[in-house]
Amino acid sequence: MRRVVVTGLGLVTPLACGVEETWSRLLAGESGAGPITRFDTTGYGTTYACELPRGDGSNGTFNPDDWMEPKEQRKVDEFILYGLAAADQAIKDAGWTPEDTDALERTGVLIGSGIGGLSSIADTSITLNEKGPRRVSPFFVPGALINLVSGQVSIRYGFKGPNHAVVTACSTGAHAIGDAARLIQWGDADVMVAGGAESPICGIGIAGFNACKALSTKRADDPTKASRPWDADSDGFVMGEGAGIVVLEEYEHAKARGARIYGEILGYGLSGDAYHITAPPPDHEGAERAMRAALKRAGLQASDIDYVNAHGTSTMADTIELAAVERVMGDHASKVLMSSTKSMTGHLLGAAGAIEAIFSILALRDQVAPPTINLDNPAAETSINLCANAAVKAEINTVQSNSFGFGGTNACLIMGKV
Amino acid sequence: MSDVADRVKKIVVEHLSVEEDKVTENASFIDDLGADSLDTVELVMAFEEEFGIEIPDDAAETIQTFGDAVKFIKEAQ
Repeated sequence: MRRVVVTGLGLVTPLACGVEETWSRLLAGESGAGPITRFDTTGYGTTYACELPRGDGSNGTFNPDDWMEPKEQRKVDEFILYGLAAADQAIKDAGWTPEDTDALERTGVLIGSGIGGLSSIADTSITLNEKGPRRVSPFFVPGALINLVSGQVSIRYGFKGPNHAVVTACSTGAHAIGDAARLIQWGDADVMVAGGAESPICGIGIAGFNACKALSTKRADDPTKASRPWDADSDGFVMGEGAGIVVLEEYEHAKARGARIYGEILGYGLSGDAYHITAPPPDHEGAERAMRAALKRAGLQASDIDYVNAHGTSTMADTIELAAVERVMGDHASKVLMSSTKSMTGHLLGAAGAIEAIFSILALRDQVAPPTINLDNPAAETSINLCANAAVKAEINTVQSNSFGFGGTNACLIMGKV
Repeated sequence: MSDVADRVKKIVVEHLSVEEDKVTENASFIDDLGADSLDTVELVMAFEEEFGIEIPDDAAETIQTFGDAVKFIKEAQ
């Protein structure tokens, strides 16, 4: 099987726009949470979220005009804008902007989203009701469809290889990277731009997840304390927005052009729970099977894993995941570092698995595990080091990133040094 | 220039992000002002909204230039 390596990274997160800006804030344990500014939250169960830090583009702020002409921004939902911004960063980082036909046809795009153009759908529905069908914009459909991030990236760069998108709720980002890696392994492409993008912070998004009893509601006084995975006082996840995109490349292809290689995609495991639409089973054996499948594919033992980026959403499912990881790790558990970066970024749904795969790769690069903040009062005892409230310096050679989604869909990525 | 022409020009400049002096009588939305077929649908919707008129699809297809739009709207009002 052909080997697949990571040669480019791009991030648009609630901590910052940009990979290094996000990463330094993550290692410092900063929270991206605050009161929602995007809409009036009067009457909503949750009034806070992890919004992008918007600004003029300096100091890690996100300036839409840096990534897309204002005229074009009007035609797309924000998840597409975020995806394009992260893809631009990743492609530039990889230095992969070929012009010859063969290279363009061997480069594909696989970027997913959990929900896609939610606010566009909600707003257009209002227009339809108030003004009638003749006022629905011709850009509504192509601006809201999930696969239009992949479409827009391919159009901007001329990438004519496989053009695909994943939709698996909060596992989307991990599945996109894993599936894209397989397209390279099987020879359908030599280079893939892969990841996830999400823009769920709008009235219908918050109200919908509130109705599912999934969101934190009790921390309006200090939203930075709301996302607290594995903490006894957690009360739900904090919604985030943004995008994470990687450039994946066949190993010999990357080596031949002298690309910088961040790491290798070693293993990818998938499973389904066949249990409940929103809840994991009490033992989350589905998560366990995804982890074991990824290890098997990588040809590794649990004892080879140094750092796990957990799904860890700050809900009742955290301790269930913890127990599943403990079972997989066995005697190795006490030597494993695990953290939930959602404690800082919030939950980016379909982008979560992608930004967390990137954090895992950066942990590999810098030999440091990012912290789990707000872990003050552990909900369960464990021998696993959960990196409570401070980053942990360690020898890190192999990393794992877990993602689980509504519908009972699980994905696990294992990455390592080349 | 008439009030209608001014208002149409403003919509065209905003929607297509073009310089005002490019929007001349015979300027074609698609050939000269960089619009695609979806842009022209949106332009017609904006004209309908601005002037409180209805432009049927077969009539919309005849509106190819800035001059066409101004002429149609004046007659429709």
